[in-house]
Amino acid sequence: MNGLFTACSALLKRDLMLAFRHRGELANPLLFFLMIVTLFPLGVSPEAELLRRIAPGVIWIGALLAALFSLESLFRGDFEDGALEQMLLSPHPLSALVLAKVLAHWLVSGLPMLLLAPLLGLLLAMPTTGIQTMEITLALGTPLLSLIGAIGVALTVGLKRGGILLTLLILPLYIPVLIFATNAVTAAAAGLPVEGQFYFLAALLALALTLAPVAIAASLRISVS
Amino acid sequence: MWLFFHKLASPKYFYDLAGKFIPWLGTLCLIAFLSGLYQGLFVAPPDYQQGESYRILFVHVPSAWMSMFVYTFMAVLSAINLIWNIKLADVMVRSSAALGASFTFLTLVTGSLWGKPMWGAWWVWDARLTSELILLFLYLGYIALVSAIEDPRSAARAGGVLILVGAVNIPIIHYSVEWWSTLHQGPTLTKIGKPSVHVSMLIPWLLMFAGFQLYYFTVVLIRARTEVLERERRSAWVQELFGK
Repeated sequence: MNGLFTACSALLKRDLMLAFRHRGELANPLLFFLMIVTLFPLGVSPEAELLRRIAPGVIWIGALLAALFSLESLFRGDFEDGALEQMLLSPHPLSALVLAKVLAHWLVSGLPMLLLAPLLGLLLAMPTTGIQTMEITLALGTPLLSLIGAIGVALTVGLKRGGILLTLLILPLYIPVLIFATNAVTAAAAGLPVEGQFYFLAALLALALTLAPVAIAASLRISVS
Repeated sequence: MWLFFHKLASPKYFYDLAGKFIPWLGTLCLIAFLSGLYQGLFVAPPDYQQGESYRILFVHVPSAWMSMFVYTFMAVLSAINLIWNIKLADVMVRSSAALGASFTFLTLVTGSLWGKPMWGAWWVWDARLTSELILLFLYLGYIALVSAIEDPRSAARAGGVLILVGAVNIPIIHYSVEWWSTLHQGPTLTKIGKPSVHVSMLIPWLLMFAGFQLYYFTVVLIRARTEVLERERRSAWVQELFGK
């Protein structure tokens, strides 16, 4: 048990260190997120009333796409330099190891998005209650994006051109998260209770935390063998 | 019982057995379709609210039901393939995917044809329509994934994982009418004990359900037979079958 904990924390530290050595790549998904959101006032209309209404959807779709792009490299490097095979061969359960990797991914992509989102909310003229609700949905939802996305990445890591296929596989699975999250923000802005949506997101998160690592591990074994 | 499953898992035995079943299933399917369509289109009375145009339901509802049934069936077979490594389960999954996708597409098309006179719009972003659309994406994603992986064994296992992960959506689709109050009408047939459909409409409906189900099994067996031949093309019994 102790050995497993050491292995997971070593993996987490290694992934975080790798991310901080490539600070440019670290900033890319965030800039991408910022730019997608910027396009909407320019492309749709700069009118504050309209922006306020579409803000939750815009921010969430931006987060979805940014997560998708940052995910692509989750297992790629490890696959190419053989570290992934070492992980498969290690005596520790693979599902625990991939959970550490997914956690590292969330810390460098999901968490910064969480911190950037209130600023984007202000840019899109969102009210304070809306921003608060959005932060809670993002806190519950971005780990879900990393967990579900990692399954798709694990399935496509062995393929040469997995990029578009990854989009096709993951986005349908992201839709429930998007629906519950944006529904909560819209309801909060209208002064309605939002606990129901939070519970749904929390339930999905609990489900993904327990089942996704198993699916990721199984997919990696398929892709690498 | 076990012996039967064991035999069924052998490609040759499956090929022969499916060959015997297909004509029967096909005939029954034709009977069910013809009598169901006749009863549905000519015998059943018009609806008191929707007039004649409700008759599209005899195609729409069974195909919607099939779109979910096929996915669930694929999920069960994928689990069997992942756990016991039975190749034939994968043959069935792969042969089912395109059929499931076409049932889903048919559901969306007939639904939108029905929606135009009833709701005044071809498409509404309500829960059930959207989740049915997601189901179509899931089918297409599966097809894209298995055709991108060259090795059939890893394609089967990867596709299986994807199908199982996507199965989370099936209950969401099924309960979408009850969880969200939307434009789409609630369930009619499954109210256990007291169906809110009159017998004269219920009978053609059930016939159409049977027809769709039989159609699926007929076509999936034909497709599976072809798939088996293709995969086993190097084995002795296939060579013998074609007299080489």
